[in-house]
Amino acid sequence: MNEILQYVNVTTSYNAVPVVHDVSFSLGEGEILGIVGESGSGKSTLLKAAMGLLGAGGVVTSGDIWYRGKNLPDLSEEELRRLSGAEIAMVFQQAGASFCPVRRVGAQLYEAVTAHDAISEAEFTDRAAELLHKLRFEDASRILESYPFELSGGMMQRVGIAAAILMNPSVLLADEPTSALDVSVQKQAVEEMCLIRELYHTSIVIVTHNIGVVRAMADRVIVMKEGRIVESGGTRDVLENPAREYTKKLMAAVPKLRLRRGA
Amino acid sequence: MTTPILQVQNLKKIFTRNGQSDFLAVDGVSFDVAPGECVGLIGESGSGKSTVANMIARLLNPTGGQIFLDGEDVTKTDVRAVCRKVQMIFQSPQESFDPRRTLGDGIGESLLTAGEPASETAEEVARLLEAVGLSSDFMCRYPHEVSGGQCQRAAIARALAIEPKLLLCDEATSALDVTVQAEIVSLLSHLMRGHGMACLFICHDIALAQSFCDRILVMYRGKIVEEGLPDEVIQSPKQEYTKMLIDSVL
Repeated sequence: MNEILQYVNVTTSYNAVPVVHDVSFSLGEGEILGIVGESGSGKSTLLKAAMGLLGAGGVVTSGDIWYRGKNLPDLSEEELRRLSGAEIAMVFQQAGASFCPVRRVGAQLYEAVTAHDAISEAEFTDRAAELLHKLRFEDASRILESYPFELSGGMMQRVGIAAAILMNPSVLLADEPTSALDVSVQKQAVEEMCLIRELYHTSIVIVTHNIGVVRAMADRVIVMKEGRIVESGGTRDVLENPAREYTKKLMAAVPKLRLRRGA
Repeated sequence: MTTPILQVQNLKKIFTRNGQSDFLAVDGVSFDVAPGECVGLIGESGSGKSTVANMIARLLNPTGGQIFLDGEDVTKTDVRAVCRKVQMIFQSPQESFDPRRTLGDGIGESLLTAGEPASETAEEVARLLEAVGLSSDFMCRYPHEVSGGQCQRAAIARALAIEPKLLLCDEATSALDVTVQAEIVSLLSHLMRGHGMACLFICHDIALAQSFCDRILVMYRGKIVEEGLPDEVIQSPKQEYTKMLIDSVL
């Protein structure tokens, strides 16, 4: 498998305090990689480091993040902005909150697309409707014509995920994209991301504290603790036969549904 | 048969939006909680779970129906008297403490409400903190200086100060990491046994409700659609909605 994103000995700090220590991993083309760990383990920081989103005081102090021959931390703001959305897209926990409340969903998505691509509104509407249709949304045109508050939180999150791949990016970085959702919508969002990979061969990194989500969609998983990788490997291997004490403790803490009598 | 600590009968809540149609958030809900019993209330966002809890704690007035706490009609009881029997634990502990006062102040205030003499507050706060697994140093900390799990422990200490008969946990562990959630759940179950407290445990994590609760109520669109022993409800659900909910667990 070709690697599309490579983290090499990445260390990041906030206000000179290191939070991620010497982390290396790679994402294969068309692969879904899960990153799990507790709050504060540095999982979101890894995604933000790639996109220059560490904020004031946050910096990649050493190491490289390679994407198609470019070292992302070395790129200028302008170069990153060109990649962002078009080649590497991000989805956050509250995708609905990234929308302006007083403008229709479709108009906002059109604006985002025209930042990269000169297309007409009619052409955009066709493209967006086709995408939503492929991702099994029932009423694409109604969604595009709605204001964000007219759609449920779960629907907005699904729309946010779909919107992230409007430009057909090669990589989708998803930071807790299902954590604010009810179980039934969570399942739909997970299925949507799997479908995106299937249809568009998008490589996905999903950061979550939800082990069930990772089990349902990731090919490989990385377990993080206190800014370091404690374990990584195939999802089934890591979750079912964890080698490290910490991973064992994490797995033991996950409530499991007893579906059969005496199970 | 012992008298239930909580009896909810045909409870209704209608939210009226300005000039718009009314929204029926809770639609004829009835259930009991026995002393020392832990009852799980599960269902999706917007199903009315928190509205039920808020009415029991008198944070909201019901539109219809009745709530009896220890045999007394809650809507006809003084709010302070209700607070002495019911304490609530919320999803975001940091937001339930005054950011400008220490955790010790917050817990101390609860003690004063319970009628504890002011001279003994500090000692009692230390004892309560110890009961939830925190050292007495936490007395002087502010909510933003502690982790989410530590703050939730302090919120439990504050609730315990009153020695309530019923704890209302509204997504009390949903914002916590699984390892911390496991600690808090085991703390709650230890405290419930020790104090004979009953608990209404609202959560959307079905597996957690199954492992922690004695009985489960499933809410959907303002109604209780199914109830029973956890294994019964989860292993042989009768309603389509419950089946769908269980099938969605990843």
